[in-house]
Amino acid sequence: MFAYYFQLGLRSLRKNPLLTALMVMAIGFGVAASMTTYSVFRATSNNPIPQKSSQLFVPQIDNWGPEDAQRNNGEPPQAITYTDAIGLMRDHRAKRQTALYPAGLSIVPADANQLPFHENTYAVYADAFAMFDIPFRYGGGWTAAEDDSRAAVAVIGKTLNDKLFHGENSVGREINLDGRSYRITGVMDHWDPQPLFFDAVNTGGFDDPTQLFVPFTRMIELKVPTNGNNNCNKDPGQGWDNWLHSECIWLGFWAELPSKAEADAYRSYLSGYAAEQQRAGRFRWAPNVRLRNVVEWLDFEKVVPAEAKISLLVALGFLIICLVNTIGLLLAKFMRRSSEIGVRRALGAARSEIYMQFLIEAAAVGLAGGLLGLLLTGVGVYGISLIFDPQVARLATLDVPLVLLTLLVAILATVIAAFYPTWRAAQVQPAWQLKSN
Amino acid sequence: MLKMTHLSKVYRTEVVETYALRDFNIDVKEGEFVAVTGPSGSGKTTFLTIAGLLETFTGGEYHLDGVEVSNLNDNARSKIRNEKIGFIFQAFNLIPDLNVFDNVEVPLRYRGMKAAERKQRIMDALERVGLASRAKHYPAELSGGQQQRVAIARALAGSPRLLLADEPTGNLDTQMARGVMELLEEIHREGATIVMVTHDPELAARAQRNVHIIDGQVVDLAEDPRFHHAQHTAHTGTPA
Repeated sequence: MFAYYFQLGLRSLRKNPLLTALMVMAIGFGVAASMTTYSVFRATSNNPIPQKSSQLFVPQIDNWGPEDAQRNNGEPPQAITYTDAIGLMRDHRAKRQTALYPAGLSIVPADANQLPFHENTYAVYADAFAMFDIPFRYGGGWTAAEDDSRAAVAVIGKTLNDKLFHGENSVGREINLDGRSYRITGVMDHWDPQPLFFDAVNTGGFDDPTQLFVPFTRMIELKVPTNGNNNCNKDPGQGWDNWLHSECIWLGFWAELPSKAEADAYRSYLSGYAAEQQRAGRFRWAPNVRLRNVVEWLDFEKVVPAEAKISLLVALGFLIICLVNTIGLLLAKFMRRSSEIGVRRALGAARSEIYMQFLIEAAAVGLAGGLLGLLLTGVGVYGISLIFDPQVARLATLDVPLVLLTLLVAILATVIAAFYPTWRAAQVQPAWQLKSN
Repeated sequence: MLKMTHLSKVYRTEVVETYALRDFNIDVKEGEFVAVTGPSGSGKTTFLTIAGLLETFTGGEYHLDGVEVSNLNDNARSKIRNEKIGFIFQAFNLIPDLNVFDNVEVPLRYRGMKAAERKQRIMDALERVGLASRAKHYPAELSGGQQQRVAIARALAGSPRLLLADEPTGNLDTQMARGVMELLEEIHREGATIVMVTHDPELAARAQRNVHIIDGQVVDLAEDPRFHHAQHTAHTGTPA
């Protein structure tokens, strides 16, 4: 019966092209607005590493005291000091761990005719590659021993490898960074977690894919400063060493804690670490620490832009208005066919058959609205950069899941909108309709 | 085939109760051709819609083909309508958006019949009413008589045991009415039970049996004083 009802639905829609066009447009525009804004919301609220997001944690340690914390609702700073990073690395209480920061290095091409250029670069420990499930096309990360020896090694991204080595296996070859030579240990496959969870503090969660990783220890030895935020609550004094041992916060830190028990133990450890700092006279306040996993961290960092949430809500409101209009149009359309309903009931259609016929007709309207909505969503996604930051806008794409979702939302929303008109249609009393004819 | 005992139908509003049928009794045997007559507002059509399970009744009993129908739910009533009853209406009640073939197909669709069997039955029914060549025509392209023949084909396609006709010739001219009546008689000769509501005494006379309804009750014309009064005033020319 589905095919029969669908055929009847299409016939009925063709009969009233103006009414049909109004309904299809109402649904199409409503769905397109919702799906366009949803595409941004989806990208920004995405879990960038779902297989591990509950195992990767960011520790926070309050090294600035209650006055500063009070300004942040009692929260410790979002980054940590070099002193604390080294302390946590040394104690090594997690399965894997890394301190990290964006390093400002220039890549000097072998071809002297080409100018040096920058790529997003991070100084990390060897554990980072396994922790973040970074995929490799060739080779792999460097070793912990190379961390300890401050080795001149690097991992480069696929795009950078294409640019410098024409996509060939460049493992073992050299790359010149700031005039120094680094041996390539691995070439990453495409890796572009969105949001960019491991450095949400400096990027706001959105940036181009990272193309270069270098050892944290070597960067410190070479006194390569951070390319990201550096916040100090008092003057650190002159020189690299003063800054390094100051209370300035500029480092990210990630710990891999596979089980709840390990996370709980690490939380206790953090409190113990802060208490130890208090006893040593560095902190003059009670321990104030946090340990957040990836999802909690992105939420805390407010990675989803406020405008993404607001525009999604506005678009959903618009969709509801469109659906209310559709209810009215469907009601008018269905009730105009009371005599047909009466005849069908007399000839043996149960109420459930009438429900089915009209809901399928509504679904056909929804499908047509969905197809129009798809077209408009494509236009909307293309033009989304007019509203959002380009780094956010580039993430909004009309992919297969969004195409399917657009059609599903359109059909489902229209069918829901059709419940009341269909219920009214099914209540038509055949006897009265036939008598009145 | 169709038996109503002490049946009543009351339309209630907040202030008034109107009896459309009151202590209504009728027994139509299988294979009978019964004409139901009576003045306007007497309850003929109400009787027919209740008989066709298009409307519920307030009290009494109604057995259709041996089944007491008062407690049946919508699905069961719809199934009986679809399988056992054929309707012919005064206004034809064809669906204007469907062509002749598709109109005749409607009741068969609800029976879940296979396409090949549906097609066979539709063409047989159209053949029977002489409209096989008009299968692709739309109702608006047919004369009134042809539309009523399509309606009859639609009623016949499902091979119903009971045919309910409400003023089947009411919207037709004399020649077309005669054709439709001959068709009904032919269907009856082949064994169908027919209950036909009509105003037309000439048509009623062609049925096997006449049932007269006045004020929602079946009356015996020979004994009913209202009938005698009506006859008398008609003969003397006194205004009613």
